[in-house]
Amino acid sequence: MGRQVTGALSDVAHVAAFLLLPPLLLGVINRTKAAFAGRVGPPYLQGYYDLVKLWRKGSVFSTSTSWVFKAGPVVGVATAALAAALVPVAGHAPLSFEGDAILFASLFALGRFFTIAAALDTGSAFEGMGAAREATFSSLAEPALFFGLVVLGRLARSLSLEAMLTSGNWPPRATASLVLVIAALFIVLLAENSRIPFDDPNTHLELTMIHEVMVLDHGGPALGAALYGASLKLFVLAAVVVGIALPVPHGSPWLSWVALLAGLLAVAVAIGVVESVMARLRLVHVPSLLVAACLLSAFGIVLLAR
Amino acid sequence: MTFLVASLAVLAGSGLIAAVLSRWSRLSTAAGAAGAVVGCALALRPALAALLGEEFVSRWRWTPPYGELAIGLDRLSAFFLVPVLVLAAVAALYGRSYLLAGKRRPLGPHALFFNLLVASMVLVLVARESMVLLVGWEAMSLTSFLLVTFEHERAEVRRAGWIYLVAGQMGAIALIAFLVLLIGHAGATDFAAFQHMARPDPWLAAVLAALALMACGVKAGLVPLHLWLPEAHAAAPSHISALMSGALIKIGLYGLLRALTFLPPAPWWGPALIVLGFIGAAFGISQALAQRDLKRALAYSSIENVGLILVGLGIAYWGIALRAPAVAALGALAAGFHLWSHVFMKGLLFLCAGSVLHGAGTRNLEALGGLARRMPWTAAMLLFGAVAIAGLPPLNGFVGEWLVLRGLFAAAMARGGAPAIAAMLGIGALALIAALAALCFVRLVGIALLGNARSEDAERAHESPAGLLGPMLVLAAGCAALSLRPAIALAPVASFAGQLFGAQVAAQVHALSPALTTLGSISTAVVAMLIVLGAALAARVSRPAAAPPTWDCGYAAPSARMQYTASSFAQLATSTIVPPALAPRPVVEKPRGLFPAPAAFRSEGADLVAARWYEAFFARWADRFARLRWLQEVALQAYLFYVLLMVVAALAWSSLRGWAGK
Repeated sequence: MGRQVTGALSDVAHVAAFLLLPPLLLGVINRTKAAFAGRVGPPYLQGYYDLVKLWRKGSVFSTSTSWVFKAGPVVGVATAALAAALVPVAGHAPLSFEGDAILFASLFALGRFFTIAAALDTGSAFEGMGAAREATFSSLAEPALFFGLVVLGRLARSLSLEAMLTSGNWPPRATASLVLVIAALFIVLLAENSRIPFDDPNTHLELTMIHEVMVLDHGGPALGAALYGASLKLFVLAAVVVGIALPVPHGSPWLSWVALLAGLLAVAVAIGVVESVMARLRLVHVPSLLVAACLLSAFGIVLLAR
Repeated sequence: MTFLVASLAVLAGSGLIAAVLSRWSRLSTAAGAAGAVVGCALALRPALAALLGEEFVSRWRWTPPYGELAIGLDRLSAFFLVPVLVLAAVAALYGRSYLLAGKRRPLGPHALFFNLLVASMVLVLVARESMVLLVGWEAMSLTSFLLVTFEHERAEVRRAGWIYLVAGQMGAIALIAFLVLLIGHAGATDFAAFQHMARPDPWLAAVLAALALMACGVKAGLVPLHLWLPEAHAAAPSHISALMSGALIKIGLYGLLRALTFLPPAPWWGPALIVLGFIGAAFGISQALAQRDLKRALAYSSIENVGLILVGLGIAYWGIALRAPAVAALGALAAGFHLWSHVFMKGLLFLCAGSVLHGAGTRNLEALGGLARRMPWTAAMLLFGAVAIAGLPPLNGFVGEWLVLRGLFAAAMARGGAPAIAAMLGIGALALIAALAALCFVRLVGIALLGNARSEDAERAHESPAGLLGPMLVLAAGCAALSLRPAIALAPVASFAGQLFGAQVAAQVHALSPALTTLGSISTAVVAMLIVLGAALAARVSRPAAAPPTWDCGYAAPSARMQYTASSFAQLATSTIVPPALAPRPVVEKPRGLFPAPAAFRSEGADLVAARWYEAFFARWADRFARLRWLQEVALQAYLFYVLLMVVAALAWSSLRGWAGK
């Protein structure tokens, strides 16, 4: 009984942490970029202020739109939140079953489906353009993600994230594969979350944008939900990358949480560094980078099975 | 047995009544549809009983020179029969409203052919003897040809019909060759004899398997034999497209599986089916995502889904060859589940396409748009079907893909070395195919249903009557049931897998029950979460501050023509992901001369196989056969002379053989 209560409490803590912390990650990224640029930058909590402000605002819905436009942000938040429940910390995820890694990847695909549909619902040429780009680039990111999951699955002999991310004592010959997978998944993380070098979240030129342009016509609470969903997705995918890179042995939940949060901070700083030192790629080169990510993780498979 | 014969009789009889009453459209279509529903309901009972293990075979002597009339039901037949019957009944009801709404001609013959098509599909599934199978197979091809060419006054429909007829007959030739070889080896025409015949030597077995693959591949839409599929589906009335995509192409798969039960299992079956499946899936989706015709896109997506089913079947046969029943069970469950769910999903999508055609008058994506506000029910169901078939959670398409991916992973774990690497790379390839399917269907939804109307027809679109929406709802409910309670498909699949792959695999399929139950609860959780979050946002934004036109970065007068088009949405994907040979290519008609004629620029989907291979092949043979034309251009007496010559030759040959035998 006592163990059940502790288990339930730890699940609640897990979900609460995953739902509450994502906007902070954006604050860290922005502060890193500001430091590189010699500015002070916005407060760490700016993400939360923005969300509160947007939730209070009124809404504007174009006459072109239907219910699908409003469904976009809702599905985005719901799928990312469910994916958060699949990511294990300290060897345990609130929701886990054999094959949940496939569900994890597909949930993001569902969120993307509705974000794209919502963008097309506005009838705006810019949003259609962003939607076409998002659909194409994410198609190329998908195999890279799956190859990475397969490498981990082969090592853990299971397709459950709980087994894949927490055992940690991989054979030495797997190191090369894991390094390749981490590199590939970091590229996928940047692409899926529309960061530089794929997309510039700060740009104000609609023609070059991908994710930001898709939510141009969302406002108020709907925009808030879209932004929150995006930050949740970044947080969850980053947690997976950290889970691979910093495996913590069983039996120390506190240590695991500390490792996860430290790792997330490191990922946020890394994203900030990448965004500060790199320029956005030309659009025609984006597919090449994504194919490179696919090949990296495919090579990881070959190394593992040799 | 009685039910089965009664069902065939009701189907044929009601069809004839409909044809006789043809002058009174409402009455005749009512008789046809009622007969189809009753016939399907009658056959459903023995089919369900057979799935539960109540198998039977009945035989009668008959006058044709070969064998006897044998029909029967086993678990393999019943597994295919059940969804075929359900879809046929729904399509019959839909078809009645659909054709009455666009009434232009007597509908009796159509009702007759429809019921005969359903009867012939049932006959193919219950045939236990080669002649019965062949008769049913040909009747199926001919009646569906007559249904496809319903609007035969249009040239493109006639062309599609001819392609379909020729493709069907090519398949029939392969089927006849297969049966002749098999009968020659077994010495009898009965299926039971095929099962107990002496093992054919490996070469004969390989030839037989290849012939079966060709014969059934034509019906199932196996690349490169898929040529008829997009043409016929686009030309046929929508309920016929639904029946063909949902039921007819599955009968091709049934034929393949039935043929394989006659042959000794070969280790190459599994890998060959997996490779064919991947080719089909990749080809189908790469073509689907660039189509501008709603129904052609759906037809190509059927090629993709048949590919996925074949991958599942391939995993199952591979698992048997590897002696890994757990792998085989995942493959069999993936194939079986996806087969049933594709019947519902694709049936629903084609009926939705028919509703769009009915409401907006066109199925050209570039002329649609904004239907979500004008046809809310149709749009909601089309969106539902699109999410399902794109393989996204929480719907049934995801369950099928999840099982295929798990099957590939299990196969990779069961083996080492190159096969394991191939299986793991296959997982990534399948992920790409799934992502492209999502792209393809979000494009269909986004361009056809959302945004602003792209034409006056779309602007005047109106919701379809209940006669169309009702049958669509039935299929949508089927999808929802398979999504929220996927475990309901477990017992039927286990039953069919038990016959094909043995009791051990069936037990392993049953062992997957917790996994499917979990997926069902996840789906329920996703739906519940969406409802709660949606309600929260809806409550917050119930009174919007304003409802202006789309901001569109400040353009003062946005027009519907400024929206992204279907072609432009797919262009980035076709130019970066799809191999150049399969990408649509631009066709430019330049203005020429001092007083130029109108010029044009368009892009055409390149069905590479169709455009190059077949046309060159047929053109060459047409030339060669033209040299034999002098044989044909003669009087009737000469034909009688030919017949006489043939008879004499046949007599001479048989008596010579008898003489040599002594």
